Amino acid sequence: MHLSRPARVALRVGALLGFTVLYVPLLLVVVNSLNPDRSSSWPPAGFTVRWWRDAWHSAGARDALWTSVKAGLGATAIALVLGTLIAFAVARYRFFGREAISFAVVLPIALPGIITGVALNTAFRTVLEPLGIGLGLFTVVVGHATFCVVVVFNNVAARLNRLPGSYEEAAMDLGASPLRAFRDITFPLTRSALAAGGLLAFALSFDEIVVTTFTAGPGVQTLPIWIFSNMARPQQAPVVNVVAVVLVLLSVIPVYAAQRLSSDTTAGSRV
Amino acid sequence: MRANRTILTAVALGGLLLTGACGGSSDDTSDGAPGGRGFTPPKLSAPKSLGWTEGEVNLIAWAGYAEDGSNDPKVDWVTPFEKQTGCQVSTKVAGTSDEMVNLMKTGQYDAVSASGDASLRLIASGDAAPVNTGLVPNYRDVFPGLKMQPWNSVKKVAYGIPHGRGANLLMYRTDKVSPAPDSWKAVFDDASRHKGRVTAYDSPIYLADAALYLMKTRPDLGIKDPYALDQKQFDASVALLKKQNGNVGEYWSDYLKEISAFKSGDSVIGTSWQVIVNTAQAEKAPVKAVLPKEGATGWSDTWMVSAKAKHPNCAYKWLDWIVSPKVNAQVAEYFGEAPANAKACAETAAKNHCTVFHADDAAYWKQVHFWTTPIPQCLDGRTDVKCVPYAKWVQAWTEIKG
Amino acid sequence: MTKAAGMLHRSPRLRLALLLAAPLTWLVVAYLGSLAVLFLSGLWTTDPFTSDIVRSWTLDNFRALVTTEVYRRVALRSIGVALAVTALCVVIAFPIAFYTARVARPRWRPLLVVALLTPLWASYLVKAYAWRVMLARGGLLDWLLTPFGLDGPGYGLTATILVLTYLWLPYMILPIHAGLERVPDSLLDASADLGARTARTLRTVLLPLVLPSVAAGSVFTFSLSLGDYIAVQIVGGKTQLIGNLVYSNITLDLPLAAALGTVPVVVIVLYLLAVRRTGALSSL
Repeated sequence: MHLSRPARVALRVGALLGFTVLYVPLLLVVVNSLNPDRSSSWPPAGFTVRWWRDAWHSAGARDALWTSVKAGLGATAIALVLGTLIAFAVARYRFFGREAISFAVVLPIALPGIITGVALNTAFRTVLEPLGIGLGLFTVVVGHATFCVVVVFNNVAARLNRLPGSYEEAAMDLGASPLRAFRDITFPLTRSALAAGGLLAFALSFDEIVVTTFTAGPGVQTLPIWIFSNMARPQQAPVVNVVAVVLVLLSVIPVYAAQRLSSDTTAGSRV
Repeated sequence: MRANRTILTAVALGGLLLTGACGGSSDDTSDGAPGGRGFTPPKLSAPKSLGWTEGEVNLIAWAGYAEDGSNDPKVDWVTPFEKQTGCQVSTKVAGTSDEMVNLMKTGQYDAVSASGDASLRLIASGDAAPVNTGLVPNYRDVFPGLKMQPWNSVKKVAYGIPHGRGANLLMYRTDKVSPAPDSWKAVFDDASRHKGRVTAYDSPIYLADAALYLMKTRPDLGIKDPYALDQKQFDASVALLKKQNGNVGEYWSDYLKEISAFKSGDSVIGTSWQVIVNTAQAEKAPVKAVLPKEGATGWSDTWMVSAKAKHPNCAYKWLDWIVSPKVNAQVAEYFGEAPANAKACAETAAKNHCTVFHADDAAYWKQVHFWTTPIPQCLDGRTDVKCVPYAKWVQAWTEIKG
Repeated sequence: MTKAAGMLHRSPRLRLALLLAAPLTWLVVAYLGSLAVLFLSGLWTTDPFTSDIVRSWTLDNFRALVTTEVYRRVALRSIGVALAVTALCVVIAFPIAFYTARVARPRWRPLLVVALLTPLWASYLVKAYAWRVMLARGGLLDWLLTPFGLDGPGYGLTATILVLTYLWLPYMILPIHAGLERVPDSLLDASADLGARTARTLRTVLLPLVLPSVAAGSVFTFSLSLGDYIAVQIVGGKTQLIGNLVYSNITLDLPLAAALGTVPVVVIVLYLLAVRRTGALSSL
């Protein structure tokens, strides 16, 4: 498309402004992590690395990070399996209720977290408690997986819609079992979609707070829950800023890796 | 080994249940007087003796009440407890009293640090069991003013161990508010002087602050206790807060929010806690706080044991631990409140802690009306009217905020 | 084993059943089932003091929802906020996405996408509190605006809309970016060859093609805003949204909370049904 020079410049300026808006609050978090005041303020009152040192020694933050990683990996794994299964069903078969399923899959993420959280909380307590299973990390994983399914489903379904089903049929006609056909044909072709979906699922789980509040058991503290409970105490708020900065820096690695992975193959896999 | 301990625990628990079943008949049934509270809690009883510790205990606590060093290695009174008693502690930090009530209902927790706006609810619903204070040796040294109070006992039966207390003070910016206020009038009738800069605590229980003000300024309403309001008194309090709402900049619920608002000047006057005042002053915000002449509302937290506690022995150990002089001093200093144990005052790192927080100032606490859950049976002893229960307070609070 | 495989091969129905058994149990039985129970409990009531649920059927909660003025006002306010946030996000996201997908050099594009994704990893709460500092009196926003004779908005409804827009903006940019990237150059060239000016190409070719992406992004921005109750507590001053009402009632009066919760749920389901016509749901 031909854009006039002024239009291009305008777009460039607009995008630059957009990115600025996106990053200024993050920069402020960096500034506040170096601010000696316990409750952040503007302009900063000075400079200190004390909070960074405290954060480094904070076992609570480290434990919470580890819990979040476990919860995220668990939820992502379940979401990958369930999301792929639904995607295959919807993309490769025509059946009654197909539309309804692809609609129902969207609900857990579209409905307010507080509704999903409370509904699951009540369900867990009525179903699991008589079995002797209380709320714990397991229930957090289940809760997160519920709303993560949709991103995997959408990524994989979109990829499958562009891949002709004839590949798998050909493999099976040549004697491959459906499982083998999946392993040798379909999986390699959908791998990047799975990766993109999995990464997004992990990210969603990693920053989720509302559903987590309602599904976590005693002593289970994911990073957002830790942040939430520490944001309320002035002693800890600056340490939370440090943790946030570290998270942003660390996140560049998986995000970049996923980008590379999906741009290696066909373009247009979604994030 | 493990099986051994399980059997022992079972035996101990069995014994506990037995003694409980035999010893719970001391309650009288007809006591409508104040202090007796107009309701009869479900029949539960406290253990007569303690058995073996169970190896773990699940707590619900306010942030800062059960620190295990994971937030700050220097702030740790959970690890020594675990070492001494062998009870591994899992803590769930609750943000609000309502959350505490809800968590207690799950039956997964053994003890809770309930504020007065939750404790009666827990007692009435049978979620909290009576506590045998004889099994908590350190209870002896708790300030008498905190023992057997309306928010931690029913009909002369104790339901918990006092932890600490604080008053809801009137804080103001010295550079923006002059003359210095000495009355809640500044946030009610005179609030328009600071339009958009007034702040208030974001909870239905804040209605009691309005009621307290009316108690002193509108004697015709006849309010005796800000937590026992009949419909007319209640409506007057709601009307006062609705009027105040026009001048409120924001309602605060966590203290980080409050401190930052006072530092920036987004709020210049409103309710506050002593610890917020101290922190704000330490960060060079020009603020001061007073206990206004009308008195104030306040909070007093109580450690209660769940009626469904799976680890009651460890829970009792924790109750004793948290009010032991040294630990009580540590908690009180970290959280910023007045300790419950009189001997704690000798153990604080800052020597004047108890003075700053008025820990042993009985005259000071006389002016403080501690949070108590409003119930239909008027807490001030009136029997000719029905009082407005907490559920209606919640609804009114929504309407006040609009 | 081979026999089983053969059966699988021959019977698509069986394969379909195997594919769907696990996810449907999860989604329909576990999730939709618990949602149904929750909304059913909206027809119950609670003991006013102990807040235990009393299972006697009544329409009181729903009646209160319709007749109480404050509930209606808060519900309308929340829908307004969600719409405003969505509109703002579209307006801000489109030029950014247009730049990252079609104007920037192809070599830079993956890096730009990474730059869009990273802010998502900074905790939601941390970002909201950072905005609280920016919006404070004499804060960064005041600093920037004072030279132009303007004041920052302070805490309140405007601040809430701003912060929610900021929080959900990446969820709008990313689908639009993906949508724009998929439009083949040849289509736009054809439009230009046929004499359409840039503006016309934009309006008649590009916009209809990315509309599903915009709609997909709006599902996120709209529904996340409608359900939010934390950001508004941090920067909303004294504003309350429907999420706050649900949250404040959830522990004391679950039936009322459930009844209040039907408002965002019904609105969102209607929104999803409307958006589904554009094909947006498959491009989330």
